[in-house]
Amino acid sequence: MRLRTEQKLPALALVITLLLTALTLTGCSGGASNTITEAGSTTVQPVAEKLAEAYKAKNPDVAITIQGGGSSVGIKSCNDGTVDIGAASRELKSTEPNLIKHLIARDGIAIVTHPSNPVTGLTKEQVRGIFSGNITKWSQVGGQNKEIHVIAREEGSGTRTAFEEMIMGDALVKASTILLPSSGAIRTAVSSDPQAIGFISFGYIDTSVKALTINSVAATAHNASDGTYPLVRPLYFLTKTQPTGLVKEFIDFCLGTEGQSIVAEEGYIPGDQPSH
Amino acid sequence: MSRHFIDRNAKYLVLLCASASFIILAAIALFTLREGLPALQEVGWLKLIFGTEWRPSLDKFGILPMIVGSLAVTLGAMILAIPLGVGCAVLLAEVAPHRVRQFLRPAVEILVGIPSVVYGLVGMLLIVPLIREIGGTGYSIAAGALVLMAMVLPTIISISEDSIRAVPRRYKEGSLALGATHWQTIWHVLIPAARSGILAGVILGIGRAIGEAMAMIMVMGNAIQIPTSPLDPARSLAGGIAVEITYAGGLHQNALFAVGVVLFFLIMVINSFAMVVMRRRGERT
Repeated sequence: MRLRTEQKLPALALVITLLLTALTLTGCSGGASNTITEAGSTTVQPVAEKLAEAYKAKNPDVAITIQGGGSSVGIKSCNDGTVDIGAASRELKSTEPNLIKHLIARDGIAIVTHPSNPVTGLTKEQVRGIFSGNITKWSQVGGQNKEIHVIAREEGSGTRTAFEEMIMGDALVKASTILLPSSGAIRTAVSSDPQAIGFISFGYIDTSVKALTINSVAATAHNASDGTYPLVRPLYFLTKTQPTGLVKEFIDFCLGTEGQSIVAEEGYIPGDQPSH
Repeated sequence: MSRHFIDRNAKYLVLLCASASFIILAAIALFTLREGLPALQEVGWLKLIFGTEWRPSLDKFGILPMIVGSLAVTLGAMILAIPLGVGCAVLLAEVAPHRVRQFLRPAVEILVGIPSVVYGLVGMLLIVPLIREIGGTGYSIAAGALVLMAMVLPTIISISEDSIRAVPRRYKEGSLALGATHWQTIWHVLIPAARSGILAGVILGIGRAIGEAMAMIMVMGNAIQIPTSPLDPARSLAGGIAVEITYAGGLHQNALFAVGVVLFFLIMVINSFAMVVMRRRGERT
């Protein structure tokens, strides 16, 4: 027994030494300027991770950390200076700090129903009526005589905020709306309920749900990029000041041809404007 | 000498352990209160607790719908879980042959170990569609109550079983000797004698139910309204915090901490009640 404990001790010491060394090393790299930190919108997160991966493949000595938290967090932590780049999946409100926006992509929001629902399209006004509670039956918009089950994201989500800006205007989402914490959860809920309606990011559309036409325009990346589909929101990288050095190189990479082709591969619409 | 040294100092060591848990509790309570205070002041105690509208973007923070949602789903779960739990406890303690008990008891205990997200998942994919067949969207108080029932059953069963077993043997023997049947003995003697233990189990179950967040988010629909039927969606206090905290900043975040203060307070009341009940039980036996 005693022998065993003695054998364990050097191993333990070794582990501790290794851990300490690792800590010191990461501490050093954090101090140097070859690290980029990004946080914010969970919609931007997956595409930002892909962009960071591609950038790191070309510049192996650069470390990029990508975190979520939501658009509001992205705006706040960018303004605080806690991160180099903030991410937002909506326009900045007038009450929020004035940050420099880099349009890395655009994303459509689809209004989805169960595939068996006979309704194939709605107007913006009808969508507003359904989510505000003025329209409660599918028969009022050309469907079956059944209750509409309205499903939305929780308040604060970038997708919800963008939806409210583009569809709801001053109208409020009705109190009895089912609120779910992610686009994936909304898709699951809509795909299992023939009377449901919800909204999800284009990246989440699959065969388990049906994307409705809005004002008779189909929800496709093509219609979104030429401006005919009305529910399109920007995905921004935000910086507090005009980017310099490494941060500038990374953002330029994202906005360049290589970065924009990654954006398209991920199911988003390339941002066609330069930073402004 | 050294034995005395250890003996003298052991009490300080355990005192340190005990104070650590107290300090952690106090720190959490103070932090929650400090973060929640700005909202309590800005919105006002009464308006916050009795306000019926929760719209963070318009700076409206009324948590009454969540309080009602939490209480309704907990009440529903208890109405379902108490008869089932006590029935199962009677079976385990009195009726079942040894071999059945050997199999059932561990099964009940495993129920405790299942993570709440798994309960939520099963609820979302199995119970929600079933409730939808009855009416509404399926995301409802009823779905939440069914899931919570399964989650609190083990607590109620094991504590009730222990307290039925702890009833002095002479009570049962006396009852049977007087000519009562086994069932009459269980119903009129054993359950009343174990009453305070069963109540303690129920109260601990309530404590677990009211603090559950993950499973409730997945099956209750999180709608911010005061529910009028078991088929209506609703939001629980714990679920409300978990759903919104990732996005919250400023006053919204403070308001969520204020929700935490209310939840803290509710759980403290429930636990104190459990302590009183358990103490009374201790005195009697």
